[in-house]
Amino acid sequence: MAETPRSSPYGFETLAVHAGASPDPATGARATPIYQTTAYVFDDVEHAASLFNLQSYGYIYSRLANPTVSVLEERLASLEGGRGAVCCATGHAAQMLAFFAFMEPGDHFVASRKLYGGSITQFGRSFKKFGWDCSFVDPDDPENFRRALTPRSKAIFVESLANPGGVITDLEAIAAVAHEAGLLFIVDNTLATPYLCRPFAWGADLVVHSTTKFLCGHGNAMGGAVIDSGTFDWAQNDKFKSLTAPEPAYHGLRFYETFGDLAFTVQGHAVGLRDLGATMAPLNAFLTITGIETLPLRMERHCANALAVARHLESHPAVAWVSYAGLESSPYRALAKKYMPLGAGSVFTFGLKGGYAAGVKLVEGVELFSHLANIGDTRSLIIHPASTTHRQLTEEQQIAAGAGPDVVRLSIGIESAADIIADLDQGLAASG
Amino acid sequence: MPADVIASEAKQSLSGNGSAMNHDSYTDAYLRAILREVKVIAMVGASPHWNRPSFFAMKYLQGKGFRVIPVNPQAAGDTILGERVYADLADVPDPIDMVDIFRRSDAVGPIVEEAIRKHAKVVWMQIGVRNDEAAARAEAAGLRVVMNRCPKIEFSRLCGELAWSGVNTGIISSKRRKI
Repeated sequence: MAETPRSSPYGFETLAVHAGASPDPATGARATPIYQTTAYVFDDVEHAASLFNLQSYGYIYSRLANPTVSVLEERLASLEGGRGAVCCATGHAAQMLAFFAFMEPGDHFVASRKLYGGSITQFGRSFKKFGWDCSFVDPDDPENFRRALTPRSKAIFVESLANPGGVITDLEAIAAVAHEAGLLFIVDNTLATPYLCRPFAWGADLVVHSTTKFLCGHGNAMGGAVIDSGTFDWAQNDKFKSLTAPEPAYHGLRFYETFGDLAFTVQGHAVGLRDLGATMAPLNAFLTITGIETLPLRMERHCANALAVARHLESHPAVAWVSYAGLESSPYRALAKKYMPLGAGSVFTFGLKGGYAAGVKLVEGVELFSHLANIGDTRSLIIHPASTTHRQLTEEQQIAAGAGPDVVRLSIGIESAADIIADLDQGLAASG
Repeated sequence: MPADVIASEAKQSLSGNGSAMNHDSYTDAYLRAILREVKVIAMVGASPHWNRPSFFAMKYLQGKGFRVIPVNPQAAGDTILGERVYADLADVPDPIDMVDIFRRSDAVGPIVEEAIRKHAKVVWMQIGVRNDEAAARAEAAGLRVVMNRCPKIEFSRLCGELAWSGVNTGIISSKRRKI
């Protein structure tokens, strides 16, 4: 595994269990307590003033920071090899928070067009209301990002392992395009998780996650996170004034000058969460912390099961094609070996010879698989993107996003591989 | 913590002669030893303005029990956070354990010379401040040197407070921390 800016002397499995979670200083509780409180008392007026001025570290109000959420933030920053993290309510909130840190009306960014359908809608439609303009390009040729840059471009955004599956992004090549232009490189690492891929080792400046997926892992808690590498030079040009120029709401404080490589993390709480308000609930942070303890074990099984299922489907008569980067037949196999040597994840797509109608029959015919719009659960999940997650897109956009009418997406769980395969077989028999 | 890490930290914490000092990364033990031993800090470039980084650091360090003596020719004779400001490090009448430098890297040389004359034990250069030549002279005179770091951030990281802000402190421990 490639080196990140902040490599730990400890192994990934140790960090997954321990990082950020020393025993509670107040009680000695070994598991991280759920601090179910909205606010925190001040010692006196001077203490309160120091906290509000960001001169002391401490808790004020749980919209900004909460002790349970802080543990998860440190754990994620540690696993990704970054400087700090800001957790928030959902993965979509994380994307909002990441861009809100530096985008102004009239600004522009370039995104891969192979993204989760909800992200394409968020970037292409809702972000427009803030005056943020996004161009989508085919990520398979890194030069496409360079060609789409404008004088107002501030960032490039990709998914390391792209949803709905099977696509691996050439992070190192695209990072070079971003950094040559003095732009931020943002990578959504949700599907890979830091167990399979460390984007900071390949030039990412920010990593975003929907923690709802494999990190939490049990389909029981929503959450998102933005993790900062701490290595981006915000002052290299005049594009990132919200971090380098005086901040009026903090009496002219300059985040980058005052907090150095902590600037993004401090600003993400002090401005981002303060004003966007998309805070993660402490209970969700607790469930996600607990989930991450077994992330390495689960990802091993997820990947092994996914490979077994993909190999089986590849030889199935009802199946036209399988897009899984763990298969030798995948055009992304070489990129997978480079960026995700431990496995190609467990979310992938395949095409049915029977098209849209066969897809609908399959998702309705399976018994073990759950037909729902999520991924990264212990349970195996199935969806027909064209009729659900990617429904808001045009057919052209669906095909561009790898979610055409014949496509079925699987998120392979950690059940017995034989049972997963048997359920698909009976569902495919019924769909034909 | 793995045994080899402890061993290398112990080695670095003892080295004050600069022969093998790595100024690109410091061990926790090296920084912890400095922050434990130091009681009086002269802060060169301390600002009287509350929204400047030096003011943040001074206020925080005072709150943790350090005495911080501000040095700033523009504010000489004034008071910052209850402490009289001196125009020059040489003017500070009290013994100093550490000199914390909030100045440009190319202005560090004479400050380090003065720190050596005043028998300071540590020279600390803030984030963005690094002068390897001056550091080598300080180390040759037996001082310990930290560059491109902030004592406020390192103190809060090592005592666990920085984790409250979602920062990766790098600390793994199953021991209960003192509040």
